[in-house]
Amino acid sequence: MPLIKVDAEEYYDNMERLPTDLMDQVLALTKEFDPAKYTSSDVVRALEKDHLLPEDFAALLSPAADPYLEKMAERARDETRRHFGNSVCMFTPIYTSNYCTNQCVYCGFNCKNQIHRAKLSIEEVDTEMKAIASTGLTEILILTGESRTMSDIEYIGECIKVAAKYFSSIGMEVYPMNSDEYRYLRDCGADYVTVFQETYDPKRYAELHLGGPKRIFSYRFNAQERALRGGMRGVAFGALLGLGDFRKDAFSCGMHAYLLQRKYPHAEISFSLPRLRPCISNEKDDNPVHERQLLQVALAYRIFMPFAGETISTRECKDFRDNIVGLCATKISAGVCVGIGGRAEEEKGDEQFDISDPRSVEEVRKALVDKGLQPVFNDYVRV
Amino acid sequence: MEDPLIIGNKRFNSRFILGSGKFSLEMTDAVIRNGGVEIATLAIRRANKGGEEDILDYMPEGITLLPNTSGARNAEEALRIARLARELGCGDMIKVEIIKDSKYLLPDNCETIRAIKMLSDEGFVAMPYMMPDLSAARAMADAGAAAIMPLGAPIGSNKGLLTKEFIKILVEEINLPVIVDAGIGRPSQACEAMELGCAAVMANTAIATAKDVPAMATAFRMAIEAGILAYLSGPGRVLEDRGEASSPLTGFLGRL
Repeated sequence: MPLIKVDAEEYYDNMERLPTDLMDQVLALTKEFDPAKYTSSDVVRALEKDHLLPEDFAALLSPAADPYLEKMAERARDETRRHFGNSVCMFTPIYTSNYCTNQCVYCGFNCKNQIHRAKLSIEEVDTEMKAIASTGLTEILILTGESRTMSDIEYIGECIKVAAKYFSSIGMEVYPMNSDEYRYLRDCGADYVTVFQETYDPKRYAELHLGGPKRIFSYRFNAQERALRGGMRGVAFGALLGLGDFRKDAFSCGMHAYLLQRKYPHAEISFSLPRLRPCISNEKDDNPVHERQLLQVALAYRIFMPFAGETISTRECKDFRDNIVGLCATKISAGVCVGIGGRAEEEKGDEQFDISDPRSVEEVRKALVDKGLQPVFNDYVRV
Repeated sequence: MEDPLIIGNKRFNSRFILGSGKFSLEMTDAVIRNGGVEIATLAIRRANKGGEEDILDYMPEGITLLPNTSGARNAEEALRIARLARELGCGDMIKVEIIKDSKYLLPDNCETIRAIKMLSDEGFVAMPYMMPDLSAARAMADAGAAAIMPLGAPIGSNKGLLTKEFIKILVEEINLPVIVDAGIGRPSQACEAMELGCAAVMANTAIATAKDVPAMATAFRMAIEAGILAYLSGPGRVLEDRGEASSPLTGFLGRL
């Protein structure tokens, strides 16, 4: 398998091709989206509507919406309360391997980086998960670097089977795979799949993803659809804000989720809100997406798709996270380690990025209660 | 004026069914007390036996639990959740929620009819959350439903009785308690549902999104009591806003 693929659309032999035009639709809509053309009256009109159309979502992401951030926050808070009450789900990620075959210029796991690589054995996964379960959490997100050899489907399946002993909801954020592989992992106990497209601008994507299977933009784009075809219950979307034009990336990400939900109405949809943060590959913190812009995106997702979940990452600081959960975020991680191991076992491998909120499960729970919110440990029954 | 609500073989005096999960669990007791609530629903997906923040730990003694099948997308899943509810000690009453639409959370009547049959065969007291459709309601009654729970408006919308005309038809035609389930946003709307002859009202978001949650529970209790009393008192006809003909329309009879 050559490391550098010149053509970003050259599929590997084993990669499933879906007969879907979703990506073409999203890219065409994004091409038309000109953030500069919206005015304050577009924003006001969007906020007055009961159900927003893509055009309204675009207005809320535009610079014209910036002076209306407070109004957006009010509307978002009301929508969140209507759909979720004051409940906020708690979960934690576990990184079981950081071997990676991709060469993403902004990522700590970049295969060219000289970092400590490691992979937890299934026994170590069990020990770590047991330690996590003792904090009371019942939802876990399993992450690996993208290596089909070091963390193959069978390995991920074994991790999921261990997780099923301790947790009632299991998410996975690993490399994109084919529908039948998603089905196998669902049968092992996985419930939802998170895939970040990182940036939805194919040109920028090609500049940032120099090698490895991740370079193939459309295979990644269609991962959520393959996951749903494989029987997964929910799918999560994210653009790593700051890699490209964040307004366009957020718009594409919203449209990706919106159109997929229209095609698969039962799918549980959620958004993640990652922002480029300093790491070994990206030491400077010069991201143009500041908290204010991140909040605008988070509020726009909520108002456009009020039923969708929203997860706020530990890439963000405590104060931002504690405030955004009252407004639009519905899921928060706690007790996070982004290295390999580190809870019950000594950390064996390096982190993907730096976290900004190291609080324990108990500390996050207390912060939610102090804000009048309801920490939810269990919100899923596997049937 | 005594008029108990009978579901399955149980008698209830209160006609206010409380939803849960959208307000802090610590408030449950106060809301139930203020609302005079005897039946509270809970999502089995929120139960966390032996774990943190288990909704079941917050349900006061004496309350009748109405677990729901939230999360089920078909009849088989609903049945499995109902069995789990029974194992958790929630009793035999089950509110059947089968939803295949994550956006509006509208119920699937076809799957629900199937589920009611399977559930009643296993001895559950099944209460379906449904779109107010007469044929579907009849099929649910035939399948063994103990009550039917049509929606007033999309769940969480607080928009009130948007389906009023259809609910009136169900009240008239179905010989089961008709309980308005979703969409009730104000005590006045709950009152209106009771005046129409509904057997009970279920509310959650309307209370959870109030500034003073327990006080809103009191307001709902009072409104529901007023509504049922008005219904039992036999409300007078409300004159429609129509003009009266200046000369009698049947006056010609005298001229024949």
